[in-house]
Amino acid sequence: MYLNQFLLLSAVLFAIGVYGVLARRNGVLVLMSIELILNAVNINLVAFAAFRESIPGEVFALFVIAVAAAEVGVGLAMILLLYRNRRNIDLTEIDLMKG
Amino acid sequence: MTEFFIIAESASQSGIPLGITSGGSWLLRNAWIIPLLPALSFLGILFFGKRMPKKGAELGITAVGAAFVLAVLTGIAWFDHRDNYHGEEAHLAVVASEHHAEEGHSDHEKEHDEHSDYDHGHGHSSLAVSNTVTWFQTNGVDLSVGVLVDGLSVMMLFVVTLISLLVHIYSTDYVGGDRRYTHYFAFLSLFSASMLTLVISENTLQLLVAWELVGVCSFALIGHWWEEKPNSDAALKAFLTNRVGDMGLLVGVTILFFSVGSVLPDTFGSFSIAVTNTVANNGLLSHTALLVAAACLMAAVMSKSGQFFLHTWLPDAMAGPTPVSALIHAATMVVAGVFMIARLYGVFFEGLSIGGSSINLMALVGGITTLVGASLAFVQRDIKKVLAYSTISQLGYMVLALGVGAWTAAVFHLFTHAFFKACLFLGSGSVAHAVHSFDMKSDMGGMRKAMPHTYRTFIIGSIALAGLPPLAGFWSKDEILAGTGGWGLFGGTGGNGAYTLMLVMGMITAALTAAYMTRCVYLTFFGEFRGHGDLHESGPRIVVPLWILAGFAVIAGLFNLPKGFQLVPDSFQERFGHYVEPVAGYFPTIAHATPSWSLAIVSTLIVLGGVTAAWWYYFVKVEAASKAAGKSLTELPNGPTTVYPLAKLIHNLLDKKYYLDHLYTGIIAGGTKGPLARVAYRFNQQVIDGTVDRVGETAVKSGQFVYDKIDQLVVDGAVNTSGRLSSEAGGELRKVQSGKVQSYAAILFAAATVLAGILIVIV
Amino acid sequence: MNVFAEMTGLDPLTSGEVVVAQNIAFGLIAIIMIFSALRMVTTRNVVHAALYLVIVLAGAAAIFILLGAEFVGVTQVLVYIGAIVVLFLFGIMLTRGAFGGINLEEKAEQRKMSILVAGLLAVVTGGALINTFSDAEIARSSPSTTATVGDSIFSQFIIPFEAVSVLLLAALIGAIVVARKD
Repeated sequence: MYLNQFLLLSAVLFAIGVYGVLARRNGVLVLMSIELILNAVNINLVAFAAFRESIPGEVFALFVIAVAAAEVGVGLAMILLLYRNRRNIDLTEIDLMKG
Repeated sequence: MTEFFIIAESASQSGIPLGITSGGSWLLRNAWIIPLLPALSFLGILFFGKRMPKKGAELGITAVGAAFVLAVLTGIAWFDHRDNYHGEEAHLAVVASEHHAEEGHSDHEKEHDEHSDYDHGHGHSSLAVSNTVTWFQTNGVDLSVGVLVDGLSVMMLFVVTLISLLVHIYSTDYVGGDRRYTHYFAFLSLFSASMLTLVISENTLQLLVAWELVGVCSFALIGHWWEEKPNSDAALKAFLTNRVGDMGLLVGVTILFFSVGSVLPDTFGSFSIAVTNTVANNGLLSHTALLVAAACLMAAVMSKSGQFFLHTWLPDAMAGPTPVSALIHAATMVVAGVFMIARLYGVFFEGLSIGGSSINLMALVGGITTLVGASLAFVQRDIKKVLAYSTISQLGYMVLALGVGAWTAAVFHLFTHAFFKACLFLGSGSVAHAVHSFDMKSDMGGMRKAMPHTYRTFIIGSIALAGLPPLAGFWSKDEILAGTGGWGLFGGTGGNGAYTLMLVMGMITAALTAAYMTRCVYLTFFGEFRGHGDLHESGPRIVVPLWILAGFAVIAGLFNLPKGFQLVPDSFQERFGHYVEPVAGYFPTIAHATPSWSLAIVSTLIVLGGVTAAWWYYFVKVEAASKAAGKSLTELPNGPTTVYPLAKLIHNLLDKKYYLDHLYTGIIAGGTKGPLARVAYRFNQQVIDGTVDRVGETAVKSGQFVYDKIDQLVVDGAVNTSGRLSSEAGGELRKVQSGKVQSYAAILFAAATVLAGILIVIV
Repeated sequence: MNVFAEMTGLDPLTSGEVVVAQNIAFGLIAIIMIFSALRMVTTRNVVHAALYLVIVLAGAAAIFILLGAEFVGVTQVLVYIGAIVVLFLFGIMLTRGAFGGINLEEKAEQRKMSILVAGLLAVVTGGALINTFSDAEIARSSPSTTATVGDSIFSQFIIPFEAVSVLLLAALIGAIVVARKD
């Protein structure tokens, strides 16, 4: 197996995730896209760990999963708050910091 | 002086004897103290005069008085020195070719022999006392300042200090209460100091400086009341006319400097008077150089001593206060020119060949001047102008005498003239002080009863001026006439050549002098009083100097009784000449005329003839006409000028002063300044103003252009554009701040990608 | 497979059959994952998006196993699919708007920009990767064991491990604080 195929896969998923983050109007969908990105990164990490036969890559991937979990929790809490205050979670409507 | 070394009189001389010595009594060697006193008083009066009780006059009088005392003592020291000094004489080493020197010597030897019959035998040589300090040296030339004291300078010291002192005392009354009393006295002191410096100058440079200084003082004093324009005009006229002559002085001095330098070893010039004269006497200088130098110096004499045709300033100078006229324009400053000729006589004698011809520039100028002055004195209304023209005429006499080689006669006439002319001027001042005017015809007349002292001293002065024996003027004038040498026919012998024309001129002038003085006396003191106000005699400070001067006018003649005058013993003859005329290397060998009784009698008769003619006209006919008309007339109503057209023409000519003023002011000055002014005006308007205008226009236009195109478009455009750019850019960039998180994120990602790309590509 | 290995004498893990099988497996999984990811970011239905996410996550787990990281693959399934996706579903449920389940269409402009950025990103990273790792091969001798991972965590990475636990605590507290009703 070539290393490149995993890395390219990871890159593609990452790009799709970026598209999702930038294009989606729904906040929850944005969070999901973020998860997609994180997963792409995880694949990358583990691919390198396998390539080098070293453990730290996998350990890092574990930590990423843990952090992703924490982040999702907090992110959804924020979305909930947003929903409660504004009754919609359309990110394009949130432009109070407009210049 | 470089290269002059002193050797004993008797030893064999390997240089030319200069006739000077650096020994002598203390007073003679330090005669520079005499001008120093008035100079210090000038400074003192300037700084402290206003605060003093008598406003500075006391300081001036003290200084001049002290100078007078010193002058008298110096004179006495000189008498002793002249007769008894046996010190060392200085000699001069020259680089002239032997051949040249021999020629000169032989010529002089010959002349000396020829004239030995007429030798005066003044005893052993009179060594002038010379005392110098080197001022600075440059390039082989030593410039020094110092004193050269001989009989001539001692005599001048006496005359200048005495008359200055008397004028100082007179002025305290005459200009008392004047608005610039202190300054007046300051300038009187400065003038005295300058004139005294002039007469003891050791070199021509010092002479020149003192000459200019007296000119400045003359200017300042003539224009004492400068608030009235005629006075300031007169002062300017005096100064500028003198300036014309001073050019001659400068050129003459320079020519002499370099000519003398050409015969001296180790230096290229010398200003020393003694050296210049000696070198000229010994024939070491080229005749042409001496002639040119003498001619240039004559120009200076013409302006300073009022010779024809540069005399026009002197009558106008009467605008100054009368004591000033007496001091400066009668007795002392105007004789500076005569003094200079007498001082540098070696130059003139050789240059103008006085000893050997029948006419020369100096004699001619002097002769014409006497006639011109005397003729113009006839038509004057102003008493001071009569005296001014008389001064011109008498100065002409002195220059004429010098021109014919009668040196002692000229200097003696200077001596006597100073006294009687000052007496006459101060007398006229006394008269004017009483009637507040100088116009004889309209404001005076019949004043002899009211002002007896003034009248008597004025008469004495007039007789002295006319030259009737035994007053001073007779002796000096007669010596001049004898000196012309034209009387050889009638016994008595001439001096240096036969100047018959000069004799005739002198005689005619004597008659004219007597005549116009008689006219002046009549118009002022006789007839009926035509003026206003009450008359009274002037105070003692005016009258006493008048009597002192009148006294001198009487006795001064006795100082120089001619040789061969049988009425007095030998030792009493020619005292003046003995002490004043130098017998030294720096004085040329001149021959002396012997006077004759016949000449004396004839000249006296001529003078009496002049007096009689005027007497007849004024005292007889005008007096009669006055009585007939019932009022005081000043001239005959049907006099010669109304009857004879020629007389009228002549009168007109004299009235317009021979049209000389018109020539100078109108034609010469006007003709020069007119076109010059026009050219300058045109240049100013077109070229200068044109340039300025054009520059201005260009500046305006370029400013306009810069404003329109550059400022408005470019600069403002740039500024506006940058402002607009900023605001538009801001407007555009503001859209980035959309407030939307996702756009921020997009930018973030995009930027990160780009940076990563760069990093990858480069690294 | 043994037959082939015996016949050729090649290492079974790196010899042709296993390799072929691995490559096929990878290809399948990759296609499914990419397709799912694309659907996830384009579907209008939120719940569908969540389900597509599940497929992606499962695919990732499969990749992990393929790469020989057993523990990571298992953890992926447990944590991601088991907890995170459930959390997402809760979140979706709680934030369903008054407008029903219909989601808003993305704005065209935004979409274009996003495609641009994403595309750029893909190109750059892809290019870099192709350039750099053109011939690298993964040839793992044996999969990593849980024991080694555990050892590594509790010896080399003990500090990050503790930090992560604190982080989880903070996230927990934070989420509660942010989302509570007061």
